[in-house]
Amino acid sequence: MALKVLRAGILSTIQDLGRWGCQRYGVPVGGVMDEFSHRLANILVGNREDAATLEMTLVGPGFTLNADTLLAVCGADFEARVNGESLPKARPVLVRAGSALDFGPCRRGCRAYLAVAGGFGVEPVLGSRSTFLRGAFGGWQGRALRRGDQLPTRDADPALYPSLHRKLRESRAPMAYPSWAATESVEALMPGPHLLRFVRGRHWSRFPEEARETFLSSEYRIGSNSDRQAYRLMGPLLLARDSIEVISSGVTFGTIQVPPDGEPIVLMASRQTTGGYPRLGEVVAADLPLLAQMPAGARLRFQAVELAAAQTLLLEREREIARMQEALSMRAGG
Amino acid sequence: MTDSLSRSRAARFAFFPLGDRALVVELAARVSESVAAQARRLADAVEAARIPGVREAVSAFSSITVHYEPVRVKDAAAPDQTDVGPYELLQARLQAVLEAAGEEEAVPGTLIEVPVCYGGEYGEDLGVLALAHEMAPSKVVELHTRPVYYVGMLGFMPGFPYLAGLDARLVTPRRATPRASVPRGSVAIGGEHTGIYPLDSPGGWHVIGRTPLSLFDLNRDPPSLLQAGDRVRFVAITPERYEQLLVGAA
Repeated sequence: MALKVLRAGILSTIQDLGRWGCQRYGVPVGGVMDEFSHRLANILVGNREDAATLEMTLVGPGFTLNADTLLAVCGADFEARVNGESLPKARPVLVRAGSALDFGPCRRGCRAYLAVAGGFGVEPVLGSRSTFLRGAFGGWQGRALRRGDQLPTRDADPALYPSLHRKLRESRAPMAYPSWAATESVEALMPGPHLLRFVRGRHWSRFPEEARETFLSSEYRIGSNSDRQAYRLMGPLLLARDSIEVISSGVTFGTIQVPPDGEPIVLMASRQTTGGYPRLGEVVAADLPLLAQMPAGARLRFQAVELAAAQTLLLEREREIARMQEALSMRAGG
Repeated sequence: MTDSLSRSRAARFAFFPLGDRALVVELAARVSESVAAQARRLADAVEAARIPGVREAVSAFSSITVHYEPVRVKDAAAPDQTDVGPYELLQARLQAVLEAAGEEEAVPGTLIEVPVCYGGEYGEDLGVLALAHEMAPSKVVELHTRPVYYVGMLGFMPGFPYLAGLDARLVTPRRATPRASVPRGSVAIGGEHTGIYPLDSPGGWHVIGRTPLSLFDLNRDPPSLLQAGDRVRFVAITPERYEQLLVGAA
């Protein structure tokens, strides 16, 4: 079974939860930008949460399906159609063989995740199916999708959502889906728009007080030269009178570093493994999906929280996802 | 949070959060070959301990970064520790692992000889760099092949070593404008470090030579030729030898 690529979209890559265990070799973790939407899409089609999904960016791809395919799309709000009919988001959809699945431009957010039941048929490289573009390995041939590709999918459990299979058999519609939907997007779990929480880091106190206050009180915009590796923040510069000398060390998803030019940079999924710039801190993990959905030009502010609060937030988020998983696995049987 | 006993022990291993899913253990305030070797050894010990929830431990110069999943750390906690947060739980586990491993004798990193063809088409910036330091290109080669370097960390790209131990006379600020493309195998100087580009890539370091060795190979285990804590010596070779070795490596 396969998806034939008719249009590739702007940047459509196979990603999973990352290539962990290889940073000691200088290999970036990579993986999805929005872990929440990726996991939810997998849960909806009965996959393990770390199964590979297709991450699409700003303008999505177009496919034809050569077999009945159970799929789910979560994350940003892309225009999406099956044979011209609107494809509903955040729910399992059984699409009929031969149908055209077409993603258009993104109306809100910037990345969506397409999960297919059984997962995509690509082999893991160094333990992960994520595409590492700069290294040209992993995912689908180490690159973004291109027109003409035949993206293989694995066999799905045929016992999933028997009611959808019945519905599809009994109708002529190109797809069947339930009337319910999962949480529409991660924004529903956020305290408010444009506010990102962060934990102050090792070098926080070494920034001049003025720079710290500026960072906490200013609005930033996501620069147009932002990508899966890093987001550049446009706004007041954070300049230190004397350069802050730090010993290079490991970085992580959400590290906010400040190069000598004073323009803060947030490291994202495809970040390098280590860094030598002073850091203000790290965006809390629970807020990273929101950041991942902010396109260039989006405005944001930062709010400092204590580590304990951040971890409590993350544990709550995990419990929330576990609850959704449980509820959805019940539904997958019916 | 910590009693006086654990605080005095913690003096050797200073813990700092790196956000809510990673933490840093600092071993020393200065970098040195023995600290880098120690960091690598302790990172290996952390991974070998297979602590539930720990994803990996990465050593760099004078620290170890431990990446973890808070929910899994919490799930593995003893029943009497329900009020303790993931960070504190993991810190206690790591403290024990690091102390046990810290008792063992330090072992110097593996020494690897890296053949380099200097100058010409292999090292475009050798002439400019020599001029900037007012020395002959042959002097640059002499100074570059003399020390035994150590790998402070890997980073920038898969298999890229940050080598410390560069002769002070060769320290050169990075190029004002990075090159759009630096060929794989390029040996270069950037600031007080020298390094080797494992893949074709843009780069801002001064390229003085090229090695036929493959620094990163997915079909090798481990894929990276060099690891943090290893030691490196450069050996000058002729273009003929370079081509021979390149054919041999393919």
